[in-house]
Amino acid sequence: MASDAPIPAAPSERVGAASFFAAPLAVLMRLIDWPMQVLQRLIGERRMAYVFLLPNLIFFSLFVFLPLIINFIFSVTGGAGLFPSERPYVGAQQYAYLFDCGSFLDPSSCREDHFWRGVSNTARFTVFQVTAMVLFSLLTAVVLNMKIRARGFFRAVYFFPVLLSPVVVALTWKWILQRDGLLNAAITSLGGERILFLVDPSWAMFWIVFVSIWAHMGFYTLILLAGLQAIPADLYEAAEMDATPRWRVFWRITLPLLWPNMIVVIVLALIRGVQTFDEVFVLTGGGPGTATLMVVHYIYETAFANQVQNFGLAAAASVVLGVVLFALTLAQLAASRRKGAA
Amino acid sequence: MSRIARMAVARRNPGRWHWTDIAAYAYLALGVVLMFGPVLWLGISSFKTQAGLLEFPPSLLPMSQKEVRVEGHAQPLPLFEVTMEDGSKRVLAQIRRIGIQAQMVDPANPGQSIRVPIDKRTPVREFKLATENYTEPLERFAFMRFLWNSVFVTVVATLITLVINSMAAYALSIYEFRGKTAVMLMVIGTLMIPITIILVPVYLVITELGLVNSLWAVILPGAATPTGVFLLRQYMLTLPRDLIEAARMDKASEWQIYWRIVMPLAMPALAVLAIFSIMWRWNEFLWPLAVLTKTEAYTLQIGLNAFQGELQTQWHYLLAMTVVTLLPVALVFVFLQRFITTGIANTGMK
Repeated sequence: MASDAPIPAAPSERVGAASFFAAPLAVLMRLIDWPMQVLQRLIGERRMAYVFLLPNLIFFSLFVFLPLIINFIFSVTGGAGLFPSERPYVGAQQYAYLFDCGSFLDPSSCREDHFWRGVSNTARFTVFQVTAMVLFSLLTAVVLNMKIRARGFFRAVYFFPVLLSPVVVALTWKWILQRDGLLNAAITSLGGERILFLVDPSWAMFWIVFVSIWAHMGFYTLILLAGLQAIPADLYEAAEMDATPRWRVFWRITLPLLWPNMIVVIVLALIRGVQTFDEVFVLTGGGPGTATLMVVHYIYETAFANQVQNFGLAAAASVVLGVVLFALTLAQLAASRRKGAA
Repeated sequence: MSRIARMAVARRNPGRWHWTDIAAYAYLALGVVLMFGPVLWLGISSFKTQAGLLEFPPSLLPMSQKEVRVEGHAQPLPLFEVTMEDGSKRVLAQIRRIGIQAQMVDPANPGQSIRVPIDKRTPVREFKLATENYTEPLERFAFMRFLWNSVFVTVVATLITLVINSMAAYALSIYEFRGKTAVMLMVIGTLMIPITIILVPVYLVITELGLVNSLWAVILPGAATPTGVFLLRQYMLTLPRDLIEAARMDKASEWQIYWRIVMPLAMPALAVLAIFSIMWRWNEFLWPLAVLTKTEAYTLQIGLNAFQGELQTQWHYLLAMTVVTLLPVALVFVFLQRFITTGIANTGMK
């Protein structure tokens, strides 16, 4: 980015701000260059790779690897202390506590019933959300891939909520769904009764599914759209020559060739579904009661928001969550490898 | 079967509309309403007065009751259209309401007060943007502080992310060195580890570093993103090796090659990562919520959420501040939409 860079950057992306930073950056880089050259003379050109890796690895180990280890330590220790030295070893007690259930299908029979409520809510949420998300993003991608006017505009329409923050998304919908909100106004003007959307448990679950689809559908639509556009056009031309009906073309050509992208979408949506927290927390706060309490919400509350902070239990719950996410990640890796091979 | 097929083709003649075309446009029209509608409604609502927001059913546009200054009254008085006993209509200002009677006055003739039953009057309304929803929170609450915190976190975190991830990507793409495979495995292995599952221990690390309630606590943990390393490395692998060899021949140091040759060439990939980093950081919620407990350190997203409860949901402020929160992202989107969408489609990240 330095003004005297021998090779110009991609020309279109040069903006005013860049040149504003360019001069001080060039000075800074020259200052760093001198010790770097000394270092290079000492350790040789090839080992400079380690120097370049170092800052990233420091951050990585401090905020990913070390925490992964500490998390495990937390989950096998008890007490209220935050520092591992203050925490007595309790073995699998935290896990036993979490899994102490009369019946796994009935959260109220569990010692940590909020955890299991979180699990069952998250499971239900994820199943509904992923199913609807895949169907709607497929439909939208297919429509956006047709020869329609103003295609760019419509793509932008479906995509823009992806950029909104979860808090903005949740507050926007809360405003619409509240007792005196737009939706209830529409219902009463049609002669219906007002519905307390976020007070009724089944409606609350419906709306968190709906809102999260609204907010994230554009992302998955885009992945599917990229897949649709990679399907060779001559396949469709051949089908047209043979006068194959459209639905058959869809089943026989589009869907099989889109399948790798579909798997990526399903797995990514699953991973995200299991991690859901932000929108739901702002929209319903886990309520009414515990009807929309998610696993991540449980972890957050147990560790930070409750009167008695129980780091051990939260860590154990997050290890359980981590195992689920790890399994899903393996599925994703396997799926993307198959996609690469296809 | 073949008859159905022939029919399907017949409808697909050029210039003719197949039913799927009509269905597609209907779906798209519905999509525009459903996707834009809520945010548009939020924007319109944010310009309504506090009283206007409480109306049910809500009016489409921000309307508010017209007020006039009448001689002898300190406060401006609300205007009503009144149906008089003889059936004529007059525009009067209300002084006060006593039970089902309103004491009113003709603004043109302020001396004489008139008693009117309250069901005989309807408010006179005018189109008015309640811009005070925007200006007041700026003065009265720590809103500016939240805004500044968010901007600081977003800018600094993005800069750090770009620098350290591009350095790592450079090492992983240009060099052959012992342990390279191990580092690559670590990068890929942690690709999917979200902050969610290491919330507690990262909190411990931040505490040990003495950073709780500091903005650095938000900035640092997410700075090294495996996604970023991966994206940049894939891009740098495509750069011509000859260029780097030539630079080495010319006695350029490794740091100079990184900074003056590879970085400018990797601009497209860096720009994609920069956009994503800005998006992530601006929208981040759970981690700041856990690590920031003092109001002065709140980011916009946390502040916005806190406003909900603390102020008994003063929607007129909350809506305006929500609009302010989504504006930067909306602007980024308007200018870089093509760039963002191709970035996501190609890398599958968000």
